[in-house]
Amino acid sequence: MTDLFTTIVSSPVARKVGVPQPTRLRRYEPGLPLCEGPVLVAGGGRFAEGIAAWLASAGVATVATAADAANRVGAVVLDLSTATDPAELDQLRLLGAPAVKALARNGRVVVVGTDPSTLTDVAEVTTQRALEGAVRSLGKELRGGATANLVLAQGDAQGGVRSAVEFFLSGRSAYVDGQVVRVDESTSPDADALRPLEGKVAVVTGAARGIGAEIAKVLSRDGATVVAVDVPAAGDALAAVANEVKGTALQLDVTSDEAGRRIVEHATSRHGGLDIVVHNAGITRDKLFVNMDDDRWRSVMEVNLRSILRMNEAILGEGGLADGGRIVCVASIAGIAGNRGQTNYGASKAGVIGLVTALSRQVAERDITVNAVAPGFIETEMTARIPFATREIGRRMNSLQQGGRPKDVAETIAWFVQPGAAAVTGQVVRVCGQSLLGA
Amino acid sequence: MASQNTPRSTPPAPRPPRRVAVLGGNRIPFARSNGPYAKASNQDMLTATVDGLVARYGLAGERLGEVVAGAVLKHSRDFNLTRETVLGTRLHPTTPAYDIQQACGTGLEAAVLVANKIALGQVDAGIAGGVDSASDAPIAVSEGLRQTLLAANRARSAGARAKALAGLRPGHLVPSIPENVEPRTGLSMGEHMALTAAQWGITREAQDELAAASHRNLAAAYDRGFFDDLVTPYLGTSRDTNLRADSTVDKLSKLKPVFGKGDGATMTAGNSTPLTDGASAVLLASEEWAAEHRLTPLAWFVDAETAAVDYVHGDEGLLMAPAYAVPRLLARNGLSLQDFDFYEIHEAFAATVLTTLKAWEDPDFCRERLGLDAPLGSIDRTKLNVNGSSLAAGHPFAATGGRIVASLAKQLHEAGGGRGLISICAAGGQGVVAILEA
Repeated sequence: MTDLFTTIVSSPVARKVGVPQPTRLRRYEPGLPLCEGPVLVAGGGRFAEGIAAWLASAGVATVATAADAANRVGAVVLDLSTATDPAELDQLRLLGAPAVKALARNGRVVVVGTDPSTLTDVAEVTTQRALEGAVRSLGKELRGGATANLVLAQGDAQGGVRSAVEFFLSGRSAYVDGQVVRVDESTSPDADALRPLEGKVAVVTGAARGIGAEIAKVLSRDGATVVAVDVPAAGDALAAVANEVKGTALQLDVTSDEAGRRIVEHATSRHGGLDIVVHNAGITRDKLFVNMDDDRWRSVMEVNLRSILRMNEAILGEGGLADGGRIVCVASIAGIAGNRGQTNYGASKAGVIGLVTALSRQVAERDITVNAVAPGFIETEMTARIPFATREIGRRMNSLQQGGRPKDVAETIAWFVQPGAAAVTGQVVRVCGQSLLGA
Repeated sequence: MASQNTPRSTPPAPRPPRRVAVLGGNRIPFARSNGPYAKASNQDMLTATVDGLVARYGLAGERLGEVVAGAVLKHSRDFNLTRETVLGTRLHPTTPAYDIQQACGTGLEAAVLVANKIALGQVDAGIAGGVDSASDAPIAVSEGLRQTLLAANRARSAGARAKALAGLRPGHLVPSIPENVEPRTGLSMGEHMALTAAQWGITREAQDELAAASHRNLAAAYDRGFFDDLVTPYLGTSRDTNLRADSTVDKLSKLKPVFGKGDGATMTAGNSTPLTDGASAVLLASEEWAAEHRLTPLAWFVDAETAAVDYVHGDEGLLMAPAYAVPRLLARNGLSLQDFDFYEIHEAFAATVLTTLKAWEDPDFCRERLGLDAPLGSIDRTKLNVNGSSLAAGHPFAATGGRIVASLAKQLHEAGGGRGLISICAAGGQGVVAILEA
């Protein structure tokens, strides 16, 4: 997706004359180390010790203070989950600032707190809520591909916190910045670190191209058997994706009444079950609100929202998604911030967020998690067609000063669906490099 | 391993034949020649088709027993078309392949061959297919130029080579383009059919009705999603380009006849198949292989028969061979013509279907030509070509068999069981017919 402008502004000449150059982000590859450099774990909350022990067992060097690190610090994990008074927020600065100063390229700051909604004491709620403002601001200050994110624990269980911290430390979260993830007390089984989705059957809609194709590839790389779904008219591209991931292609229109039943039938009869569903299929039909016609409004609602509601009936019905299964929806930054000309699209994607919130509670007793990613500016064929000026603004106006890749969205989804992420549900994670839009 | 040296007293008993399952198929939309696939080669189209099948059934990296396919219009460089195709697909490169050619019967004959090997236990699974491009047709040099060039190639000295090349004449430069004619009669297939249609008194109205029904049925099948798991789009085309969903007898009746002579001519471009580009493939396997791969048999490939007629010296029509093949197949299987839930009679021309049906109803023909005591009788026309056939879909010669086998198998599966008859006529006075059952 390299256009002429990108070629010029990223050329050595441009670099010499001082055009700001986005950092090449550290992206996950199986087998690469979790972080580049030692991890400073501090803060003394109820998770710090467990995180340090887990990092050590995973072969990641840890340090207690920035001064202990011989060179640069790969990441900083600050556990303030037991802070109860605003005065304790000082720790964030005292422990964090020296480490952030020594942070390596593509470094990470992960703050662990307690979900304020689980607290009642005013001072405690105030303290924990304050963390979010600090983290989001820090995200905007960090340079060199570094990110800052917040994990909020809803209890004392270590598993969920560990899974979220691991995600934020790793290259899987390359384009995830300034985000807050809440984790509950669910426990999760062990999974193979390199192929966490081994033995799982995953359905990805809209898999013929763009983000959907990348989701299929990443889930397959992580061990899943992938059923690639797209409309019959996209069947040739779909076949190529299905063959590349050694999965199967299922041509269907997600808006048809039969879609959910056919997905379940295909997954169970061909692959022996259904563990993961990624509702990725989506369309845009932009028009200013006053000029929006029936067809544009309705087709966007049908494909992006109503089809998911309908398919979920079969997917969550008898013989459908297994207990402990995973559903991931693809929302959008437009569903959070809104976009000119996208009242239909914005409504559908905001609706998806509502769907995820409500459905996650409804299926919690079956240990099924429901989450959403909200992509920001992702380099795809679709964004390549945006007019030049708008595209450059969208691309640069975020803390990482660059567009994301389809793989970044896929990696976040691949984390949501891991067995280890059982404690992560009802969450919306933006994959936007901390875009200024909707922040 | 002492037993290796022990001579066996008797050869092993032959294994009993196995049931052969049709597991599914794939084709690219068929396109009228010189349309969207004008620049696609046979190998391009067959590769896309097999890859679509591989994707649908999760066969990437699988080694199959064999892939058998062919093309009627074929470049000499494509002598190993199917094997070259396999090497370009996601099938495992150790999957063997071979080419066959039996004119329009190619696709069905390929299925027969694969099915027979599966039945005998020689392979467990295979793909049968066919492809044809009337657009990317082979053009040969003239016979004069060819002989001259070969002579020059044989020459041992520069002088001799110059002498050979001096034999070139301007007329030699006119290329030789493939023609849709029977080599032994010089008549086109349409002209042959027109003779037969006139002989059997097939009316223009009946032909147009059959053509309109073909378009209607094919359009309806697309609309209800019947082809969602039978067709994979290709080069931006997702439906057969010959399909006219709004075709009516009235519209068809306005077309001028193109085959036959004078006022009695009945065959038009509307009730004859157009030259078409396309490819199809069918996945066949043993029950065990299907179960191991968690695939549901759509139908069983029960039996097949091929017949040929003497259209050169005898007085039989060029496309009448299926009329002979079917009764032999019925007799072998103890069935009557009425024992079927679906009939797939390839619509080379509307008149072909109508003549064949009329012949089976005709006591004289059945007695004298087929040697039967009583006519085979008529069929329930509502069971004929229920999802459209070649008049609407088009007819890339070798690809038609695969289209029909896959569609009929799915139709039988959807119906929850039943029996289907396939009948395909072919150039050279041949016909291939088969029975599927679910």
